[in-house]
Amino acid sequence: MSIFLSKDSRVVVQGMTGAEGGRHTARMVAAGTNVVAGVTPGKGGQVHQGIPVFSSVAEAMDSTGADVSVVFVPPRFTKGAVLEAVDAGIGLCVVITEGVPVHDSLEFLTVARQGTTRVIGPNCPGLISPGAANAGIIPADITAPGRIGLVSKSGTLTYQLMYELRDIGFSTAVGIGGDPVIGTTHIDCLRAFQDDPDTDAIVMIGEIGGDAEERAAAFIEKHVTKPVVAYVAGFTAPEGKTMGHAGAIISGSAGTAQAKKEALEKVGVSVGRTPSETARLMRALLEAA
Amino acid sequence: MDLFEHQAKELFARYGVPVPEGAVAATPEEARAIAAELAGPVVVKAQVKTGGRGKAGGIKPAPGPAAAEDAARAILGMDIKGHLTRSVLVEVADVPAEEYYAAFLVDRAAGTFLAMCSASGGMEIEELAATDPGALVRVPIDPLRGVDHETASFIVTEAGLPSDVAGEAAGILVGLWKVMAGEDAVLVEVNPLARTADGRVLALDGKVTLDENAGYRHDRPAEAATGGDDLESRAKGKGLNYVKLDGSVGVIGNGAGLVMSTLDVVAQAGARPANFLDIGGGASAQVMADGLGVILSDPDVKSVLVNVFGGITACDAVADGIVAALATLGEQGATHPIVVRLDGNNAEAGRRILDQAAHPAVRQVPTMDGAAEEAARLANAAA
Repeated sequence: MSIFLSKDSRVVVQGMTGAEGGRHTARMVAAGTNVVAGVTPGKGGQVHQGIPVFSSVAEAMDSTGADVSVVFVPPRFTKGAVLEAVDAGIGLCVVITEGVPVHDSLEFLTVARQGTTRVIGPNCPGLISPGAANAGIIPADITAPGRIGLVSKSGTLTYQLMYELRDIGFSTAVGIGGDPVIGTTHIDCLRAFQDDPDTDAIVMIGEIGGDAEERAAAFIEKHVTKPVVAYVAGFTAPEGKTMGHAGAIISGSAGTAQAKKEALEKVGVSVGRTPSETARLMRALLEAA
Repeated sequence: MDLFEHQAKELFARYGVPVPEGAVAATPEEARAIAAELAGPVVVKAQVKTGGRGKAGGIKPAPGPAAAEDAARAILGMDIKGHLTRSVLVEVADVPAEEYYAAFLVDRAAGTFLAMCSASGGMEIEELAATDPGALVRVPIDPLRGVDHETASFIVTEAGLPSDVAGEAAGILVGLWKVMAGEDAVLVEVNPLARTADGRVLALDGKVTLDENAGYRHDRPAEAATGGDDLESRAKGKGLNYVKLDGSVGVIGNGAGLVMSTLDVVAQAGARPANFLDIGGGASAQVMADGLGVILSDPDVKSVLVNVFGGITACDAVADGIVAALATLGEQGATHPIVVRLDGNNAEAGRRILDQAAHPAVRQVPTMDGAAEEAARLANAAA
């Protein structure tokens, strides 16, 4: 099993006929994902890379039973694309697009919360349940199926950990995205991993900015019995400078890596000093079990 | 993108939020002329994007034009917390009888907007929140509904603003929300929102942060002359995601999280990173060349660490990029040792390409931790 995404997921790609959408659709298919449809307004009826294209998410869902959408449309069209998927009642909407205005994100996330759609992202690499399905841009061939769950704000740090622990493997790895406002949080993933019978242990990767890691620590203390190891990036980041991700900025005393590390350690989470040490901590923990 | 106070106030005025009359000066003479036009006492305020201007001597009252010129002369060029003062705002000295606080911001945790308001303004809001948390009300704002007069009235009443200014203050909050929504701002803050002795309510200060992702749908002031680092401006010109830091190990990596992590590992190895530079997933030879070019022209840099994890982009392509980048830079370009760590997809092939190129400046270390230690050692040895 896995969380959010399984071999039974039926994926529709919004923006499949674009360059990015097309390229990553091919990669998702190669990773075994059941991509059943593409959506590009005005291009309904075409077939792209052997996959039928529809003009709307609702049509794609009606015709193919799609239940997961992956959004590759440019920032200025992202709000409309997500609202369309939410209106159609899709179960999971994974927003890969980087550079979405935060007012747009807040609008579609608010609408999604009132409906039945889980949104992951925006500005995220998506999620992968290795060996089953891949919804987004995470490289599938650097890791293997297994029993570790991973949740991270950062793409490349996710890849790094997935690669270092490829011999043990992952149930699902979720890149939740580095924007200030995102649909699915560390806590949502921790809860799902805790409930997933096929996940034995959890890696959580955080970074400076906001207080998501502190809140995750409080959640772990109360609700997570599975072992968790964590890594936090950004100890050397100066205050007031955005480090690549729009959300990665220390303002005042809030959002420092040190505070996040302390909050996690206080609830018994082992925090690695480097990604490699984090992988070693997970390895040791699983070997001891 | 943070705005200067005067830019924030220009936006306020455009959306009907009252502000003191004034104008910006880049020279003492201009300050004098503005003060003469305004007539009466003025205040001269350093335009820097940081707090604590008053304590640093960056805000001075002036009874008239001559004093305003003197004040501007003292303030212009002043370094306030690392920010060079290049202009001053000269405005009518509206003396507050009472000071309040009002702000709209993005509440990351709740995934909504948040209004904050207090009848006790003036001091730093972090200080207020710490000393008298009850005095600061927080009201979530539904992104689909925004702030109408009714919501604004609720906020100012909850905050305990005097009833005789509540109506006017609520009108101001509606205007500030229009700035937030209309300009794609992620922060609009007024501290203090003041009542003057003659009963007017107006924004004596203003702080606005705009969402850079929304820049495409607005006509915005250029962020040139903000006192940014020259290397940062150069990098920005080349479209690089670069932040100058104060150490001696130049850092290039792919992915913001990995680069942040690389900075930490360099620090753990006993050196300090000279910069943050994320060349992103696609990392073409040109981007690598531009990045190496900026980093090697930084006089503080003593060694360079290239830390790439091949995910979608395979390491052999990245290695080709590095070789091409070094060729573009030429002999005199690569003046410092460059430690390269390639891992992930096709790492073996990538390492082989670099081995075969055998560039004298390049040395490879297979792990991130080991590469950081090597780069730190080289930087410290050269210091």
